[in-house]
Amino acid sequence: MKQFILTTLNGLTLGALYFLVASGFTLVFGLMRNVNLAHGALYLLGAYVGWTVADKVEYWLLGVAAGFAATAVLGLGLQLLIFRRMEGQDLRQTMVTIGISIVLADLMLWFWGGETYQFTPPEVIDGSLLLPFTPNWRYPSYRIALLVAAAAIGVGLWLFLNRTKVGMMIRAGVDDRAMLAASGVNVQRVFAITFMVGAGLAGFAGVVGGTALSIAPGEDVRYLLASLIVVIVGGLGSITGAAVGALIIGLAEQYGLAYSPTYGAVYTFLILVAALALRPQGLMGRRA
Amino acid sequence: MVRSIWGVRSVRGAFLAATMLAGLSIAAPAQAADSIKVGGLATLEGAFTVLGQDGLRGLELALKEANYTAGGKKIELVKGSSDATPDSAIRAARKLVEQDKVDILVGPLSGDEGVAMRDFAKTHPNVTFINGSSAAQDTTLRNPAPNFYRFNTDGVQWAAGLGDYSAKTKGYKRVVTVAEDYGFPYSQVMGFMLEFCKAGGKVADKFWVPIGNKDFSSIIAKIPDNINAIYVALGGADATNFLTQYEQSGGDKPMIAGSITVDQTVLGAKGKRRSYLIGTPSAGPIADTWDDAKWKQFVADYKKAFPDGLPSPSLFAHAYYLAGKAMVAGLNEVKGDLGDGEKKFQAALAKLTMDTPTGKVSLDKNRQAVADIFLTEVVEGPNNTLMNKVVKVIPQVNQTMGMDEAEFLKLGPASRDNPECR
Repeated sequence: MKQFILTTLNGLTLGALYFLVASGFTLVFGLMRNVNLAHGALYLLGAYVGWTVADKVEYWLLGVAAGFAATAVLGLGLQLLIFRRMEGQDLRQTMVTIGISIVLADLMLWFWGGETYQFTPPEVIDGSLLLPFTPNWRYPSYRIALLVAAAAIGVGLWLFLNRTKVGMMIRAGVDDRAMLAASGVNVQRVFAITFMVGAGLAGFAGVVGGTALSIAPGEDVRYLLASLIVVIVGGLGSITGAAVGALIIGLAEQYGLAYSPTYGAVYTFLILVAALALRPQGLMGRRA
Repeated sequence: MVRSIWGVRSVRGAFLAATMLAGLSIAAPAQAADSIKVGGLATLEGAFTVLGQDGLRGLELALKEANYTAGGKKIELVKGSSDATPDSAIRAARKLVEQDKVDILVGPLSGDEGVAMRDFAKTHPNVTFINGSSAAQDTTLRNPAPNFYRFNTDGVQWAAGLGDYSAKTKGYKRVVTVAEDYGFPYSQVMGFMLEFCKAGGKVADKFWVPIGNKDFSSIIAKIPDNINAIYVALGGADATNFLTQYEQSGGDKPMIAGSITVDQTVLGAKGKRRSYLIGTPSAGPIADTWDDAKWKQFVADYKKAFPDGLPSPSLFAHAYYLAGKAMVAGLNEVKGDLGDGEKKFQAALAKLTMDTPTGKVSLDKNRQAVADIFLTEVVEGPNNTLMNKVVKVIPQVNQTMGMDEAEFLKLGPASRDNPECR
C-alpha cells in the first residue's frame, strides 16, 4: 500500500515535470505548426544557465528566473532571426531545429563539460515532509513543490490562453491563421510572443527538473523524446492534452519502474503505439 | 572543461583523418611497417561520458610516458567512441579494426561491452585486444577469447574484503542492493555477496535499474525499513542522482558502495549533499589516498599531464593506463614485431608481470589479471574534499576469489537472481 501510494505520487510529480516541458512544446506547435526539435536543447540550456546563476548568487529562485529568461530571449531571437524567414515551410523549419539542437548540445558540452551538476534548492523545500493521514510516511518536499508549481503553471497558462487578449489571438491563430491575419492582428508579434513563452517554459522546466534529478549532457534528448511522446498521446497543440499525456506517461514510467523494472521503458511505447493506432490525433487533439 | 569538446572533436577529426589514411595506406603499404596503429575505445557519449574521457586520459598518459614509441616503432592512437551499449562498442570496434586497420585495440570501458568485445575478438584472431576497464567477470572466465587480454581485475575481484568488512566490522546483518541492470554490477553484487553471505549476512532484496535511469524515487519507495544498510553499485551520474533522491526522501540507512559508486567522479560531483557519504565502505582496484610512493607518483603524473582532468585519476584512467603500459611493455619485448598474426606479441603479453602504481599485476591462464584490491572507507580530506582512505590491502586477488576453480564455476554466472541469500 505504502509503495503504491508513493509510486503514484512519484508518477504524478514526474508527470508534472513532463507537463512543464511539453506545455511549451505543444503551445508552439499548436500555433505555428513548427515542430521545434530544439526544445530539448532549450531545456538543458535553461538548466545550465540557471545552475550557473544560482551557483554565483546562491539564490535558487534567481536561478529559476535566469533559466526562464535566458531561453525566452534565445527563443525570441530564433523566431525573429531564423524561423520567420522560412514561414510555412514545415519541413525546412523542422530540419533547422534539429541543426540548432545539435549545435547547442555541442556548445553546452564545450562550455559546461560532461559532469553532472546538481542544484541546492532552498531549505524550505529541501528535505522531506510527513504525508498527512499516514503512519509516518515521508515524501521529498521538493517533489510536492514541483507538483504545486506545475499545477500553478497549468492554471496560469489556461488563464493566459482563455482570459487575455494575446491568449485569444493565439487560440484564434491555432484555429485559422489566415483569418487572424486578415482581421488586422499582427500575426508575427503573436508568433514571437508564443515562441518566447514556449522556449522560456523549456528553460524554466530545465532548472526545476534539474533540481529534482540532475543535469548532464544527454538530458536534452531525453526530455525532447518525453515531450514528443507526451504531446503525441495528449494531442498536438492542446495544453489540456499535454497535461493528460504527461500524467499518463509519468505514471506509466513510475509504475513500470516499481513493479517490473526490466520492462519499464516498454510501457511508454506501448501507450504511444496504442494512441497512434486508436486515436492518432491524440486524446485531446482535434483532427487537422 | 575545454578538453571535453576537443576530446569529442578530435575523435571525429580522427575518424576523418583515419579514413583518409586508410585510403592512403592501400597505395603505400610500406608506411604501416614503421608505425603501430592502436585503437583507443571508450564511452565518449551517454551516461558514462566523464568516465570515458578519464579512461582515455589513462591510455594517453601511458603512451606519453613511452613517448609514443614502443619496440622501436611509432605508436599512432586512433580514438573511438561508444555509449556503453554492446552494439555501439562493436560498431566502434568494427570501424577501428576493419576501416582504420588498427593492430591493437584498447577498450572497452563498460561491462556488457566487454562481453561483446570478447566475442568480436574471436572473429579477428590476428588483432590483439587489450581490455580498457570493462569488468564483467564472464568476459574472461567463461569462453574467453585467445586474443583478449585483461590487465585490470574484474567486478567480482574488486569486491574482495568488502562483504567481510561490512558484516564483521560494520556489523551490518541485513541489506538490500541497488545496482544497474547489466553485467558489471551483477559481478559486483556477486563479489560482495560471496563474502557477506558467508559471514552470516542476509540480502533481503535486490533492485536492478536500467542504465541512465534518472528517477530512482520508485525504487527508493520499495526499500524496506528493517535493514541495516544499502549496497549501492551505480556509476557516474546515476549514483549522484540516487544519493540525492534517497536523502530527499528522508532515507538515512548507511551505504556500502560498489567500486565505481564513490569513485572520484562521484566524490568530485558538484553540490553540497556529501556528508552522508562519509563512513561508506567500498572496495576496488585503486584507492585515491594510498600512501605509497609509486601511487603518488602516478597521481602526480596524471595531474601534470591533465591539469583540467579529475582531482585524482579514476579507476577508469587507472585501468586504461595499465592496458597502455602492458601494451608498451609487450611491444618492447618483441621489438615491435607484429608479424605472424601478432603471435609473438600475444605470447609476450601472456607472460608479462608488471610492477604498477597499485602493485604487482600478472595474468592467469585465461589472460585475466591477478592483482591487489583496496578496501577503503570515505573520509573527509583537506580543503573540504572527500576521499577514499585505505583500510586494508588484499594482496593478489585472483578471479575465483581464492576458491577452487571448479567449485567457483559451479556457483554459476552472476545474474539478477544469482547468488541469493535472503
